[in-house]
Amino acid sequence: MLSVEKVNTYYGYSHILHDVSLEVKEGEIVVLLGRNGVGKTTTMKTIMGVQPPKSGKVLFFGEDIAGLPPYRIARKGISLIPEDRRVIPNLTVYENLKLGSLVQGKVKDLDDRLQNVFGYFPRLKERLGQEGGKLSGGEQQMLTIARGLMAKPKLMLIDEPSEGLAPKIVQEIMEIIQKLQRDGVTILLVEQHAEMAMRLSDNLRAYVIEKGEVRMSGTLEELNCRIDEVVHCLGAKI
Amino acid sequence: MISDIPLNVILMQLFFGLALGSIFVIMASGLSIIYGLLDVVNFAHGAFAMLGAYVVFCAVSLSGNFAVGIVSAIVIVALIGALVEVVLLKPLYGKDPLLPLLLTFGLAVAIPDVIKIAFGLIGKAVAYPAAFSGATKVGPLILSNYRMFIIVFTLAVLISLWIFLKKSDLGMIIRAATQDSLMVQVLGINTSRIWTIGFALGVGLAALAGAIAVPMMSATPDMGVEMTMGAFVVTVVGGLGSLGGAIVGGLLIGVIVAFTALVAGEYSNVAMYFCMAVILLIRPRGLFGESGRE
Ligand SMILES: Nc1ncnc2c1ncn2[C@@H]1O[C@H](COP(=O)(O)OP(=O)(O)OP(=O)(O)O)[C@@H](O)[C@H]1O
Ligand SMILES: [Mg+2]
Repeated sequence: MLSVEKVNTYYGYSHILHDVSLEVKEGEIVVLLGRNGVGKTTTMKTIMGVQPPKSGKVLFFGEDIAGLPPYRIARKGISLIPEDRRVIPNLTVYENLKLGSLVQGKVKDLDDRLQNVFGYFPRLKERLGQEGGKLSGGEQQMLTIARGLMAKPKLMLIDEPSEGLAPKIVQEIMEIIQKLQRDGVTILLVEQHAEMAMRLSDNLRAYVIEKGEVRMSGTLEELNCRIDEVVHCLGAKI
Repeated sequence: MISDIPLNVILMQLFFGLALGSIFVIMASGLSIIYGLLDVVNFAHGAFAMLGAYVVFCAVSLSGNFAVGIVSAIVIVALIGALVEVVLLKPLYGKDPLLPLLLTFGLAVAIPDVIKIAFGLIGKAVAYPAAFSGATKVGPLILSNYRMFIIVFTLAVLISLWIFLKKSDLGMIIRAATQDSLMVQVLGINTSRIWTIGFALGVGLAALAGAIAVPMMSATPDMGVEMTMGAFVVTVVGGLGSLGGAIVGGLLIGVIVAFTALVAGEYSNVAMYFCMAVILLIRPRGLFGESGRE
């Protein structure tokens, strides 16, 4: 479904991603692992068109989407859940969700989409009239994922959903991500809690990034065979 | 000194102030929408208001109908605004933030010159629309019908604007893009088009202000200078990027100008700047301004 081929991405003159390649197949959950500042978010931004690559391809269903503006990429069916959440603070929860549904213009099945989203995040239903900025961190994270779901994306890019949240909420969000994948949403996930992320699914694959390059990739078992290298890259086991 | 002035004179001045303030409010709302959405301080705002006044003059000369004049002013100037945003402003986004400022400053100088060439230096008068000429006695006061119309009309415009921003999808997108336009784009919305719409809406409001002001002051090529300054003072007093601030600030400044005109006519403009300076000292972000922006 998604195939990133040898992308090189820069911020001004600083070369961040070096020939990064990765693949996500339909229905899969793929995890990006790596220490702080290695380029995980930049990879997400490259796919989404927020920070387009200088060279390389981003193929989505075979079509090269590199260089398209983010809104066109969103319309192709990719939804980015950014690491800093970016709930629109002055819009209510309802409006944030509705905003998420407008990718292809006004939708007829808004209520169905809302019900679908409440199935995963029942708590949001009680908060519909509240301003997004007034929610707790955990609720904001849920709202961001829910807003992304409102677009009925084919692929969700979820960037560090557990950042700065209490362990109990993290657990809750991980279960929701698991459920999403079981329901057929394809997910590319960045996660610091490597050990937890690797147990989200049985047939999950991961890419380990170091200094803007893909160092290793494979299933949990394959990576565990090279556990010394993994520990060297992540500073932790998986 | 003020205590010597009879109550009905004070009420009259208050009425004048509210009418003048209404025009400020419409000007400042447009300025605020543009600033909030595009981060562009539109120095040419008064020039667009002046264009609105001239469109009214032309349309009323041709059709004899003031309502036609107002609608043409909004539509034509909004279209010009859209063109300006697409052709001139768009290439400057993401570059030095000074560039859009210089551009609108340049337009504020260039647009009046074009009008001088086309219409000459002498002002063009537009008669009060027949339905609102004359005055009505309300208790001890004699109130100009046209000024009453301005106050009521402004109220109607503000309510429509509020409904548009709060209840329509486009209004919601504009509010969202004002806060985080990159995120809005990531959600699949073509924000570039939203900016064009926002700029057109903002200068359309300026044109409306110029249009309703023209029967009281006649259209001159340089009328925009004072209107820009007024709108800026109002926006600074009310808080940049805040619609509520534009309303309260506009009415406040209108009333202050009207009362200074009563007691010390030559200082009425000075009073406006004095009020701005005081507010800036007490509350630098203005009455309703947000504490900080990214
Ligand atoms: N807007 C920017 N301008 C310049 N450099 C940037 C910018 N954003 C990120 N960088 C740099 O790019 C590198 C990769 O950043 P990125 O945010 O992709 O890392 P990350 O793997 O997501 O890290 P984290 O785990 O902290 O989220 C870092 O060295 C960072 O300093
Ligand atoms: Mg990151």
